[in-house]
Formats: sequence, C-alpha cells, structure tokens
Amino acid sequence: MGDKLRRIELTVNGRKKEIEVDVRESLLDLIRNRLELTGAKRGCEVGECGACTVLVNGEAVDSCIYLAVWADGKEVVTVEGLAKDGKLTDMQQAFVDEGAVQCGFCTPGLVMSATALESRNEKLSKDDIKRELSGHLCRCTGYHQISKAVEKVIDSE
Amino acid sequence: MFEFSEYYEASSLDEATEFLAKNPRAKIIAGGSDILVEIREHPMPDSALVGIGRLNELKAISIDSEGTLSIGSMTTFEQLEKNELIMKYVPMLGESGGTIGGPQLRRVATLGGNICNGAVSADTATSLFDFNTRLVLENSGGRRIVDIKDFYLGPGKTDIKQNEVLTRFLISRADYEGFFGCYIKFSRRKALDIANLGCAVICRIKEGCFSEIRISLGVAAPTPIRCTTAEKFARGLEITEENMENIGKKALEDARPRDSWRASRAFREQLIQVSTHRALREAVSKAGGMQNG
Repeated sequence: MGDKLRRIELTVNGRKKEIEVDVRESLLDLIRNRLELTGAKRGCEVGECGACTVLVNGEAVDSCIYLAVWADGKEVVTVEGLAKDGKLTDMQQAFVDEGAVQCGFCTPGLVMSATALESRNEKLSKDDIKRELSGHLCRCTGYHQISKAVEKVIDSE
Repeated sequence: MFEFSEYYEASSLDEATEFLAKNPRAKIIAGGSDILVEIREHPMPDSALVGIGRLNELKAISIDSEGTLSIGSMTTFEQLEKNELIMKYVPMLGESGGTIGGPQLRRVATLGGNICNGAVSADTATSLFDFNTRLVLENSGGRRIVDIKDFYLGPGKTDIKQNEVLTRFLISRADYEGFFGCYIKFSRRKALDIANLGCAVICRIKEGCFSEIRISLGVAAPTPIRCTTAEKFARGLEITEENMENIGKKALEDARPRDSWRASRAFREQLIQVSTHRALREAVSKAGGMQNG
C-alpha cells in the first residue's frame, strides 16, 4: 500500500503488456517514456489541449491527466496502432489529403478523437463533429481543413 | 510524474473513509481533472491519493417511488448528458455539465468532483442550487445530508470533512416538477474555458405569469448564490420582455461581483443582467410560454 511501484497489465495497440509503473506516472508518461511511443504529445499537460489524446477502451481521453495505474486491464490505442503494414487508415489519409496537417503537433491527438468518432457509426452533423473535436487546440490550420477531413470520412458512411 | 506520496485504490466505501480518517493529509481523487492539475501547480508530496473509481454504487442514477432523483457523485458529465432520467426531469443539469471542458474531459470528470472542488465557477453548481439539491456525505460512522446552499463555505472551500466521501446528490420531485430551465455559461471560448459568469434559471408558468422562478449565479459572489430578491420580485409577474429585463436588473441586488483580471466589475454586472434576462427568455420559450411584447 505504501509502495510507489505497481505492476499493471494492459493491451497497447493490440499487444498485451505487463509493466511496472510508478503510481505517480500519467498514462502519457507510460506511453512516451516506458513504451517509447512518442506520437502522443506533451502539449499543456493539464488536460486543456488534447495533444496527448489516446483511446482507452475505444474512447478518447487526455492521457496527461489519466493515471497510468488506471489503465490496468484496459485496451489502449495510440496513433502508432492505426496504420496497418504501412497503409494509413481512411481517417489518416483524409487528414493528409485535406491539408489538415501543418506542424503536426496536434495531429495524433485529433486523429485519435476522429477515429473514435468514426467507430461510433453514428449519423453526425457538422456541428456534432465540431463539438466532438472541441477538446483539441490547433495553432496552425485554423481548424477548417481538420473539420473537412473528418466530415469527408464520416459523411461517406 | 505527479508529486504525491502514494495511491490507494479503495474497493469499498468503508475502505475509502477509513483510509481518509487514518491519513489526515490524504485526498480523494475522482476523475482527477481538478486535483492532478492542482498537483502540477502545487505539489502534494505528503498527501496520498485515494481512488474511488471502483465504487460502483457512486455511479448510479435512479428515482424512487416518491420521485426523488438520486445522482451518484462519480457520474461523469458525459453520462449526465445522456442519462434518460436527467434528460427527462432535470435536463438543465445535464446541459450545464455539457459546457465543461471538452469531450475527453467530460468522459472522466465527475459531478462530485466539480462540486467538492469548491470553485465558484463550477458549471453544475448553479443548476444544483436551483433544484435545492441535497448532498449525501458518508463516513465510517454514518452519514449526513447537507443542502447545497450550506455546502459552499467560501471561495474554494466546501463543508466536506476529511473522513467523508460525497456519495450522492438528491433532488426532490417538488423541486423539479413543472419547471423549465436554461443555463448560460458566458466565456470567451465555446469549449475548454472557464465561465466568466454562470447563470441558471428555472421557471414555472401559469396563465402567462411566472408562478415561480429560481435564479442562481456563478462567479458573481464568493460562492454560487441564489438571487432570492429577484425571485421574490418575479413571483406573479406577467411574462413580458420588459419584466424579464427588470428581473435581470434585480438579480444584481443579490450579487457581489468583483474586479479581477478576468473581467471588470462593470462588465460582470452587465453579464449578470443580460444573462439572467436571456436565460429567462429561453426558459420561457422551452415552456412553450406566452410572451407579450
């Protein structure tokens, strides 16, 4: 109970992992420092920008304020887990095609939220999409191309 | 890494309250979106965090035979917005939770955390004030029930004791039946922002007049407040634009807005008047209400 280290089991991008974590680590610390998956970014580290967004049990969360120990028994998907054999997903390709990537810092987080949104298979309006992406800040694009990319994929279903 | 001393995951309410009692510096962590952010700013190397995320009894929303709504303290804002009982009986509460942060935050942040954090800008506080909500606080010895208006002691301070866990919110039928409401959050951004002014209004209408209204303001005083002067003034008034504007002006009499870097006092006063007026207007139109002039 007084230990700072704890053993957890989780699935990351489809692979089962057993890791010892410090109880004071965030999921972002775990992903970047221990697993060396650096797609998720340290933007604000206070849950205000979405750059650290990953999927936990299929839902987008800010990993910077999500304790690593909470991921025990859960399925985590990061941006590295999307493309298969080097082929981008439809959503990733749409981001590329619509010019939704400039510096790329916000991109992994946004792609994770957009991917989760797509997997809901719901009919969504433009406003619905905007609202679902409102947990992300982008300094470069002005958001328009991002919305277009996501609408392109979700509307086509 | 966050600077706290240790993490204890409680598997029962008793475990949580006992740990809190034995460790006077320990703090509860619910969704974590307030306390972990606080720890970044002000490390707590001597404090253990007690996780209550496994206590399923804190996540239930139900209604009893008398129509009293019980809302678990660990309900997330995403759950609150989508819950059928909330949407049916107290939709303004769900809507107010929906203005918080962004989708990722609303997935983990909880109603209990929003209130226990004690911030005067808490978006759900004003709705809970309007509904005369009661808070159930439990410790190893038993429980006590506190009215929300007595729970806020001052800026950032609430009446939760060290060995207590807030388990549920209770709203009686008499406090929600027949009311229509609107919550306005005034902030610079539409998401990921904190309210400069929060205004929650509910009203009952009879024959073109307000039979009862309740107005709560956030960020207009050291704690969230009910505008009792404006509420008394409004009772029985005919529903007109002019009267709603006057009720907005009356709301100022209960508020004590201050100058700060976020907004000047003059601006806050304008926000109070205009938001109250607009929220009333919106609540009236939800009631299918009659409006003259």
